[in-house]
Amino acid sequence: MRSVAGTSRSFNRGRWLVWGGYALLMLLAPLVFTSSLSTTMLSQMGISIIACLAFNMLLGQGGMLSFGHAVYSGLGSFIAIHALNRVSGGSLALPVSLIPLVGGLGGLFFAALLGYVTTKKAGTPFAMITLGVGELVAAMSLMFPGFFGGEGGITGNRVAGQPFFGITFGPQLQLYYLIAIYTFVCTALMFAFTRTPLGRMLNASRDNPERIEFVGYNTRYVRYIAFMASGFFMGIAGGLSALNFEIVTSEVVGAARSGAYLLFTFLGGAVFFFGPIIGAVLLVLALVLLSELTQAWLLYLGLVFTFMVMFAPGGIASLIMMNLRVASFGKLRQLLWPYLMLLLSALVALAGASAMIEMVYHLQLNKVLGPELKFAGVPLNAMSWSSWLGAGVLLGVGVLLFELARRRFMPLWGRIQEEIESEIQRREARA
Amino acid sequence: MDASFLLISLLNGLSVGLLLFMLASGLTLIFSMMGVLNFAHASFYMLGAYVAYSITQVIGFWWALMLAPVVVGLLGALFERHALRRVHKFGHVPELLITFGLSYIVLELVQLVWGRQAVDFTPPASLSGALFTIVDAPSGLSFAWGEKPPGCGSGGLVCTTFPAFRAFGMGVAVLMLISIWLLLTRTRIGLVIQASLTHPEAVESLGHNVPRVFMLVFGGGTALAALAGVIGGAMRVTEPSMALTVGAVVFAVIVIGGMGSLAGAFVASVGLGIIESFAVSSDRSIADGMAAVGLAITPETFGFALWSVKLSQIAAILPYLLLVLILIFRPKGLFGSREG
Repeated sequence: MRSVAGTSRSFNRGRWLVWGGYALLMLLAPLVFTSSLSTTMLSQMGISIIACLAFNMLLGQGGMLSFGHAVYSGLGSFIAIHALNRVSGGSLALPVSLIPLVGGLGGLFFAALLGYVTTKKAGTPFAMITLGVGELVAAMSLMFPGFFGGEGGITGNRVAGQPFFGITFGPQLQLYYLIAIYTFVCTALMFAFTRTPLGRMLNASRDNPERIEFVGYNTRYVRYIAFMASGFFMGIAGGLSALNFEIVTSEVVGAARSGAYLLFTFLGGAVFFFGPIIGAVLLVLALVLLSELTQAWLLYLGLVFTFMVMFAPGGIASLIMMNLRVASFGKLRQLLWPYLMLLLSALVALAGASAMIEMVYHLQLNKVLGPELKFAGVPLNAMSWSSWLGAGVLLGVGVLLFELARRRFMPLWGRIQEEIESEIQRREARA
Repeated sequence: MDASFLLISLLNGLSVGLLLFMLASGLTLIFSMMGVLNFAHASFYMLGAYVAYSITQVIGFWWALMLAPVVVGLLGALFERHALRRVHKFGHVPELLITFGLSYIVLELVQLVWGRQAVDFTPPASLSGALFTIVDAPSGLSFAWGEKPPGCGSGGLVCTTFPAFRAFGMGVAVLMLISIWLLLTRTRIGLVIQASLTHPEAVESLGHNVPRVFMLVFGGGTALAALAGVIGGAMRVTEPSMALTVGAVVFAVIVIGGMGSLAGAFVASVGLGIIESFAVSSDRSIADGMAAVGLAITPETFGFALWSVKLSQIAAILPYLLLVLILIFRPKGLFGSREG
């Protein structure tokens, strides 16, 4: 434990700086990226930040891996869009800005209902049960067209009720700022949750459930409460996305959506609080931009995810934190060249590999368009040996160079880590 | 409900249940040995079906039945050796996550190689007909081998056939179960596997290579999944979505039967198969049942949509409903011993 009294002032200043910067970033982002596409994407990022952080309340803080968490954001979306339609119809007097809260309450209700069953178990059985419950809800969503709208989904109109100081939420920018406010408040609330005794118990029930039981807590109860809290925030994200898209289809409760939350929360980094924020930004970038760029994006995503699990299980956030530690000891400069070498060789290998993947996809999906395709501006012919040979050589050279760079990098990295460890010990001995 | 319908539904349910158990047994073996829940198990099932389809195109179905499990089992062993073993030290969640990532990769690769539509994978000609026909005459039930005898559909004769390939699938499943049981209990390698399950350190100190045993078990489990895939793919449809639909059901089966219990998995999968096959062919709803005991349910009743859903519509979600019920009333599963 670090002594709180001595460092609290500078610690607090750092905290103000981080949160102020976070608010400022969300405030200024639409002024920097002004196109309508980027405003839409920023709105979606805000929504998925809430969802990924709520997902990480279970995965990162509670060690609970949920394969069906889109159920709670999705059902929240449906509750929210029904409420919105009531508001439009005049049978419910509620400002539109509070509709996401209705979604949140919907998510909380279903998390309380279904979570009672799922949180009976922890660990691997928990994961399997969430998958089953997810499939159950997804199948039921097609069975009851009255509530879920069948294949077409349910549409709504977010310009409803009386405008408040001229704010109708018609323009995307007005909605973006509503989402930004919700995102900031929810992020703060979820961070506050990690600092409560309950949040600490949740961490403890992840690390050592037996001991928790001996201390006198019921781990199942801790999991259940955390599950409900997570469901509430998932529901808010769902309510916001109902306002954002003005249509809710049954795919929002589907397995693909749940899988995306899981993939990107982990990619961002489940062990740090801010990791899922990075993941959420990547999620929207991948879903909107990468899926436009290449048809093979799910393959790339699966490969990146698998390598991440194997080599950096802390996600991008842990990579950042490791390098920050190196930098704070003033040793990052030594690593600049090796990093550059690794990056360049990886890019060469990636170019070769993805050229091959793109050619295969082209052959499989766009055969009628002829064998020619453009990859990153380079014309390729998927039926000619020269294109395949070129890509293969690129891949081989890249992998070879990467291996060479890695062999020089690994001992250096190990030495620097050892130096930092001994430096820390020296400082502690001095203190 | 007549007797021939009952018999055919029972047999159909049994064949589906045995198919499920072929998947569930491999998954249970891997889980109880290594503590790893193989999320990609159903992906190996799908891979088995597709590889068998390709082999069938070249050298025929019988070779496919033997070679596809070998090929897929080797792939599974490779995956264990080079990916799963590496994350073992990080704990169970990363192990589950890496198999989750693998399921994405396999799905995309399958779509890449074989396309996004279903492929035409059918049983060989020698197994494509009916094995026997049940003739339901006013005078009583009678059996006839082979296709429908002449005179069916007229004169009060109702004929129901049972496909030969379903019977073949059941035979393969039973044969496989017996050989696994013999392998595990009667051979030296089976003893080593059983011992590494409970006492890995002791087995290692006796000079056995426990990581290699794990690789063997993982490869074997995926080979079983692939064998199920060859049968299931030819019996049903071979398409990219087959992994997800089967995978979720198999997970439900394992939880219902009790995590890590082979006997539980057997009872749960056969039971589920039979219940599902009866539900699919029934068009009754809860409202009908209520009407039978004198409670009238009309469109004005609260929750009419829920009461009027037909049993055949519910059939697809029955495994999950059972899962929820089991968790409420018997959280450790039918045959489970450990609370988790």
